[in-house]
Amino acid sequence: MRVSTNWLNEWVDHGLENQALADRLTMAGLEVDAIEGAAEDFSGVVVGEVISVEPHPNADKLNLCQVSDGNDTVPVVCGAPNVFKGMRAPFARVGAVLPGDFKIKKAKLRGEASQGMLCSAKELGLSEDAAGLMQLAGDAPVGTDLRDYLGLDDQIIEIDLTPNRGDCLGMIGVAREVGALTGKSVCRPPVGEVSQGGSEEIPVSVEDPADCPSYAGRVITGIDTRAESPVWLTERLRRAGLRPISPVVDVTNYVMLELGQPMHGFRLDAIQGGVTVRRGRQDEKITLLDEREVALDEDILVIADERGPIAMAGVMGGLGTAVEPDTEAVFLESACFSPTVIAGRARRFGLHTDASHRFERGVDPALQQRALDRATALIQSIAGGEAGPVTLAGSQPAEAAPIRLRRERLHAVLGFELEADQVTDMLQRLGLEVRADEAGWEAVPPSFRFDLAIEEDLIEEVVRIHGYDRVPVESLPSDVRPGEMPESRLALDQLRSLLVERGYQEAITYSFVPAETDRILSGGTEGQKLANPISQDLETMRTTLWSGLVGALRHNANRQQSRIRLFESGLRFIPQGSDIKQEPWVAGVAWGSAEPEQWDGRKRPVDFFDVKGDVEALLTAGGPRGLTFQADSHPALHPGQCARILVEGEKGGWIGRIHPQIADQLDVPADSYLFEIPLAVAAQGRLPAYRPVSRFPSVRRDLAFIVDESVPAAELVSAAREAAGEVLSEVRVFDVYQGKGVDSGRKSIALGLILQGSSRTLTDDDSDRVVQQVRELLETRLGATVRDQ
Amino acid sequence: MEDLERLSREAEAAIEAAEDLRQLDDIRVRYLGKKGELTALLKSLGKLPADERPAAGQAINKAKGEVQSRIEARKADLENAEIEARLKRESVDVTLPGRGQGRGGLHPVTRTLQRIEGIFRQAGFEVADGPEIEDEFHNFEALNIPEHHPARAMHDTFFVRPGEVLRTHTSPVQIRAMKDSRPPLRIIAPGRVYRCDSDVTHTPMFHQVEGLLVDSNVSMSHLKGILTDFLRAFFEKDLAVRFRPSYFPFTEPSAEVDMECVICGGEGCRVCSGTGWLEVLGCGMVHPEVFRHVNIDAEQWRGYAFGMGVERLAMLRYGVDDLRLFFENDLRFLGQFA
Repeated sequence: MRVSTNWLNEWVDHGLENQALADRLTMAGLEVDAIEGAAEDFSGVVVGEVISVEPHPNADKLNLCQVSDGNDTVPVVCGAPNVFKGMRAPFARVGAVLPGDFKIKKAKLRGEASQGMLCSAKELGLSEDAAGLMQLAGDAPVGTDLRDYLGLDDQIIEIDLTPNRGDCLGMIGVAREVGALTGKSVCRPPVGEVSQGGSEEIPVSVEDPADCPSYAGRVITGIDTRAESPVWLTERLRRAGLRPISPVVDVTNYVMLELGQPMHGFRLDAIQGGVTVRRGRQDEKITLLDEREVALDEDILVIADERGPIAMAGVMGGLGTAVEPDTEAVFLESACFSPTVIAGRARRFGLHTDASHRFERGVDPALQQRALDRATALIQSIAGGEAGPVTLAGSQPAEAAPIRLRRERLHAVLGFELEADQVTDMLQRLGLEVRADEAGWEAVPPSFRFDLAIEEDLIEEVVRIHGYDRVPVESLPSDVRPGEMPESRLALDQLRSLLVERGYQEAITYSFVPAETDRILSGGTEGQKLANPISQDLETMRTTLWSGLVGALRHNANRQQSRIRLFESGLRFIPQGSDIKQEPWVAGVAWGSAEPEQWDGRKRPVDFFDVKGDVEALLTAGGPRGLTFQADSHPALHPGQCARILVEGEKGGWIGRIHPQIADQLDVPADSYLFEIPLAVAAQGRLPAYRPVSRFPSVRRDLAFIVDESVPAAELVSAAREAAGEVLSEVRVFDVYQGKGVDSGRKSIALGLILQGSSRTLTDDDSDRVVQQVRELLETRLGATVRDQ
Repeated sequence: MEDLERLSREAEAAIEAAEDLRQLDDIRVRYLGKKGELTALLKSLGKLPADERPAAGQAINKAKGEVQSRIEARKADLENAEIEARLKRESVDVTLPGRGQGRGGLHPVTRTLQRIEGIFRQAGFEVADGPEIEDEFHNFEALNIPEHHPARAMHDTFFVRPGEVLRTHTSPVQIRAMKDSRPPLRIIAPGRVYRCDSDVTHTPMFHQVEGLLVDSNVSMSHLKGILTDFLRAFFEKDLAVRFRPSYFPFTEPSAEVDMECVICGGEGCRVCSGTGWLEVLGCGMVHPEVFRHVNIDAEQWRGYAFGMGVERLAMLRYGVDDLRLFFENDLRFLGQFA
């Protein structure tokens, strides 16, 4: 809402400087975004009259004009297409200074003298309209300083209104608010004299008063089509961002700005029979003022005549009944439509109009006839005409119900006490009818404060007028109880720190990803698509965190990074039947050198086991657990370097090298490694349970076994455990060898068996017996032979 | 006795010439060992006349003692030299870089979230979460934003399936928390939120922290208290904080919270559009309609709620001037917050 301070000051003598006024409004919830001049700085510009126009002898697009500034007539070269003899337009005389410190000097343009400049509205910083000269009224007094003529020494306060304050979408609402804040009285805007000479009437009916509580209409005939809107009116429109069009349209717009009542004028001769306010019907269509044809339905409220819809109620009029420059007779509409039947409808058709903006937020249901009278009087004063009687329809607005405000509740919610008289006074200043009693107040809001309905609304009004800054700042009396802190569950933050300490940088990528990337990385899972994605690249909810991470990997690999380790935690979204499972996972990607570059020349690219080490650390962050890495296949991963992770037998995600073809498709390095783990699994902790420490020394026996190369090391380890039993406290794989001395197709795996008795020191015989058991089981089960030392 | 003098001189020269402990030990054996040359002189004493023996014996023992002490002195020197040499051999260039895995870092949004959570945890708030694909009831209706409400249009909602949206704010977690547990309640809900808007100052995904406190004795003064304390703790500065009326469908009275611009100290600059104030939080007293939706008696319980944008706080705290950097995941940017 753009508020001209000159206009506002006519109605309420608040006595504040503009900045102080803006601060008061902001602190009362009418947030001021900006204060700006109604025009930029310029000087030396007067109302000029074009005396003659001749083509420039040396230029096709220029005209040579004689322009009067009231005293002298001087030659001016002008390039504007809309210049004509007799036109009145802003004239910057020699010596004038235009916005941007642009000085007007005597000049020669293509050989012709030019002493001054005729200006467009844009050149004066008045609007963005640069299409031609700014045409002034035909009776504009030639020679008058333009700033005085247009009253440009005015400041505009731009208010960003919250949706509950529809009442301030008219100047009167802002004036009332300023009155309430400052305690100053507010002038009621004049209605003016309506001379009712006509008798023509359009019958109006409202099908459902719930949709349209109040409708006032009136016919005006015999309008002078040559009349022009006065400059004070067009200037107020311009300052609000509206373009002057014709007196009828300008007046309806003006009344909307003044009172907040959207109005509409229909061309009388285009209306067939009476008008009805009703819901649209399937198969009905209307061509709107913006020349678009839209299909209507039951959800849309329309104004219809006998033939069909002539306006989309509260949104936009129809083209067929639009007021034209030569329209002499109109039917004026001043209605109140219910917000529930207007809200969202404009948006449905990609529209947002001044009318829909107001009706969505609500319009004073008692305002219609007064607004209609105001508009009629203004039209008559500008362009004459005969006004017919007012036709009213709808239900009479019900008197607002009184709202109870309990003193006790007021003080409890605010946390401090106010004097009863203060509260009464504040409510009265806001226009409420107030009755105070022992326990509080009964208050009836005025019709324009249709947003007030419950006790909290009044509490807010009271504290708003009192000032939020005067509410004391207090601490809540503390009765904080200890919170939960399960030892068997790790906080996400602990897992994050672990990965950070192991060299991973956390990334946060969008949860919506390119559909194709996600399909490739998930091996064909179709992720849920958004109905209205912001772009094709961001249309599918990720089914794997890898979909975002590979993008981050690519971004950094393309920017000279030689070592990349990234992780992310967040939800993945898996469609499952009619449901979408939203589960937190943690995922990572590693590429480049295994360690940061070192001076000792040890440089090695990251491999499966580096990342496996990270995953093992992550999964045992909460204590040792049984981890199994099972060779398996995943569509996104290299078939020979891919494992399904099992944690105590439970599914624990995937780890592997990216499949080379997929790396190619996604344009990321082929030697990248990925892991993805359900957060619930990673976050499992273990409550430690004490076991006695053996007091007896341990013995280590090392054995190298030769097995077929397809035998996983994990099977040797688990067989060794099985064979050795409790006495085996630990098995270490300390060497894996293939090559000279080992037949091709076979490999050597060396196990270190750490043996320890719980009740006595093991003898050599004890150890030998265990080793023998291990050898036998590995031989029979896995075909393992002990390698000769 | 000539032999004694000669041997002593020889031994002395040999000791001086010894280059290491082994040579020195050889010398000891040669002169002082059981079959050593000086030892041999002692054994030959018997050949001397009896009256000369004591004097000769004394002289030999004295010479032996001298050789012995020279050897020990030399040994100490050689040992010192050896340690010196070893220390020299083992010294490294301490200015070479240390070795190790290197450390990653947290995303600045996470870092900021941890800070916010930490401050509220101290005040007894617990962290709660909720789904990001949310139903319209929790995201809108239960928060007193009925269909077609102008506030709903202002949310630039992403739609998923009929009746489902990407949550446009973390406020639905309020509803879930109040449905799941009875008052008194103190929760904060950090997380991702989504709005269908993308330009220099908007990304389609960002983070919010929602806060909710429900108790029997809570008032607007307490709301001012907690948020003033929070902002001062977060920025580690005794900032000016102001509350001004605003409108949110799910709170009443509602307020927006401005703090003194941390860039210019309230003088007015580009970041605060010359006002000296930065809008950082929205808040208010829980609306009775919201309590009604979760079956909490608004006469018995009152509450306050607040919400803040995490990226905005991160930008102000760390001086980041472009929101979009947070989601580019460029290591050169992320590494600055490690």
